[in-house]
Amino acid sequence: MTRKRRRLVLIGGALCVLAVAVGLMLNAFRDSIVFFNSPSDVAEKHIPAGTRIRLGGLVKPGSVARSDDLKIRFDVTDGNRDIVVAYQGVLPDLFREGQGVVAEGALDGAGQFNADTILAKHDETYMPKEVADALKKSGHWKDAYGQRAAMPVGGGGK
Amino acid sequence: MIAELGHYALMLALGLALIQGIMPIVGTRSNDPTLISVAAPAALAQFFFVALAFGALATCYVTSDFSVYNVYENSNSAMPLLYRFTSVWGNHEGSMMLWVSILALFGALVAAFGSNLPAKLKANALAVQAWIAAAFELFILTTSNPFLRIADAPFEGRDLNPVLQDPGLAFHPPLLYLGYVGFSIAFSFAIAALLEGRIDAAWARWVRPWVLAAWMCLTLGIAGGSYWAYYELGWGGYWFWDPVENASLMPWLAGTALLHSAVVMEKRGALKVWTILLAILAFSLSLIGTFLVRSGVLTSVHAFATDPRRGIFILAILIAFIGGALALYAWRAPLLKQGGLFAPISREGALVLNNLFLTCACATVFVGTLYPLALEALTGEKISVGPPFFNATFGPLFVPLLLIMPFGPLLGWKRGDLLGAAQRLLAAAFVAAVAIAATFAVQHGGPVLAPFGVGLALFVMAGALIDLAERTMILRIPLGSALRRAAGLPRSAWGTVFAHFGIGVTLLGIVVVTAWGAERIAALRPGDSVDIAHYRLSFDGVFNRSGPNYREVVAHFTVRRTNGELLGSMEPSRRTFPARNMATTEAALMRRGVSQIYLSLGDPAADGTVPVRLYFKPLVLLIWLGAVIMFIGGGLSLSDRRLRIGAPRPSAAKTQAPALQAAE
Repeated sequence: MTRKRRRLVLIGGALCVLAVAVGLMLNAFRDSIVFFNSPSDVAEKHIPAGTRIRLGGLVKPGSVARSDDLKIRFDVTDGNRDIVVAYQGVLPDLFREGQGVVAEGALDGAGQFNADTILAKHDETYMPKEVADALKKSGHWKDAYGQRAAMPVGGGGK
Repeated sequence: MIAELGHYALMLALGLALIQGIMPIVGTRSNDPTLISVAAPAALAQFFFVALAFGALATCYVTSDFSVYNVYENSNSAMPLLYRFTSVWGNHEGSMMLWVSILALFGALVAAFGSNLPAKLKANALAVQAWIAAAFELFILTTSNPFLRIADAPFEGRDLNPVLQDPGLAFHPPLLYLGYVGFSIAFSFAIAALLEGRIDAAWARWVRPWVLAAWMCLTLGIAGGSYWAYYELGWGGYWFWDPVENASLMPWLAGTALLHSAVVMEKRGALKVWTILLAILAFSLSLIGTFLVRSGVLTSVHAFATDPRRGIFILAILIAFIGGALALYAWRAPLLKQGGLFAPISREGALVLNNLFLTCACATVFVGTLYPLALEALTGEKISVGPPFFNATFGPLFVPLLLIMPFGPLLGWKRGDLLGAAQRLLAAAFVAAVAIAATFAVQHGGPVLAPFGVGLALFVMAGALIDLAERTMILRIPLGSALRRAAGLPRSAWGTVFAHFGIGVTLLGIVVVTAWGAERIAALRPGDSVDIAHYRLSFDGVFNRSGPNYREVVAHFTVRRTNGELLGSMEPSRRTFPARNMATTEAALMRRGVSQIYLSLGDPAADGTVPVRLYFKPLVLLIWLGAVIMFIGGGLSLSDRRLRIGAPRPSAAKTQAPALQAAE
């Protein structure tokens, strides 16, 4: 093999691997990205039932209802609109009424959001970033929410 | 007084870093040996003052001096000594101090032990190291000063984030930073080589031990962090593809690639330009990781908004160093001549493939981590890129990498015999095939791909052992001489065997726990019991207990086999930390061989039931055990005689030769 051919084989191989990687990424971007929405977004965008989304907002005080088998229902609100969320399982430590929450799942035909994951944000800022932005957008942000968040962010990042 | 001393020492360190960054460069340009010789003592002195500053901060923490704002915010006098000390880096300012301290430590180590390095290369590398140090010291002093006082000293501190009150904090961040910052040495040497416009195989020999040490620490640091998250967060997950985790994985992937390409450069003089690029990339990714975690763009928009100077400062550091390094690379790299021809099928070829897959895998992680940030900045649309994305991109790229991995060490340099290597791997393929068949036979209801994963893991492990068998000629020559051959093998060969074997072990753990792990969620009353896998856990009741700075509700469970044999008890708990009014879940773990039963509690309900999350995690410990084996492999390789003694001095004739000579 000449030097030139060897180099061509190398570059060809590199391009093949790169092409595969790019292909995989584009494919994954089509299928596995989840958009974040506030309750108002859900209403405005007419998100079809069954589409996987993240729903974020505040847990509406007084709306949490528990039943057998660790089933729980609560309202997620951004101040303008509420959406009923149903979930079954153990809730993360930081789940509280009046606090921020992010749920992942899909809407059913009746407008109820069936969550399979309630996100555990494991830093001491009670307010997930997306929720804070959504509240500011809907005009229901209170400075009190930011008080704990304004503390230095914990190390380790977890 | 101590805080002020630390503050002052840090300023002195900044001054010294500036001297260390400028004088040697001027010296190498003007051939002034006096200026060149400034580098080493300046590096040592800079380390001394940084260490002094760090020591001062640590003293404030250990003695609970709440007149220092940083201590007040992140410590509490009721915490045990260990946590009072580790909370030094359990916050933004302190962890930046740790970062800079480790950076200065590495600089000092190069200065102290780099006596076999060419004077100019050493001086330039130390100068580059000093620029990085100066940038971060300036960052701390202007935006993240940990020594600020409060006029009215509070009586008690606000406590460390409870999630961080764990022995994991003692080793995870320092190890991770040793890894991140260790790559700065490779970066500095790469920049120094580009500045000088010359590079040879010896460069790789000087840099490889540093890369290896950094890689080892990073491996252990990532694994430790993963285990920490696994038991502390109460979700039983060991890897979340969280941006913070990805930030540490990216330098690891680039560093692993660098480690392998440096071998080619050292042994064959090939891939020089590529190796330099990888050295720049590995540290750039470390800087990006620091930016992602420290600027606050990920965790909380407020950290960024309340003090945007921090984010912008780190971004500026990022742009200056990465942009500058890549610009220098584009300008100077064409001057470096490639050497070392090799056929596509050869050890070099296999290592090139390794590099291709690793860098592509790294690129997918990079894109998956930064795409949401870029999209939000550009369109305001918020998305999350979670595990499905990474499973669909990272996974498929790692499978071929692992498939070709056992071939690499069996191929000869320059031109390899693929058929011969394949024949020698027949035994490994046989082991894999048997494992696949056996797994299919015994499994009930796991994913279809899982047996192939098990097969791949065993193929990788058997491949590593075959590499060892081939080198020692065991089974072909009498045992005694084979053992003598084994004793005479270079330590780096042992290192390869261990590291590759460790990858297989980790993969086996991941595959088995993903495919056959069991999960149950239940609400229990005292007296209830719940079954998982072959075990039955009965809930005996809850009781209260108090710790130094928390109260906890402990649930007592008795664990039996389903046939009734008593195995012991498990006590998961929920802790409440009054200082921050926060609760954490302390999972209980019971080890069964290398498998674990994992039990964590939810919030007890008003009607007296306790929600529990129960997992059976088969072979889960292999995930971290594999990382430890990789770490040991790195250590063996690091102790290799050739690396320990250092590179032979280039002969006088060679140093005089034109700078850009090829290695061949």
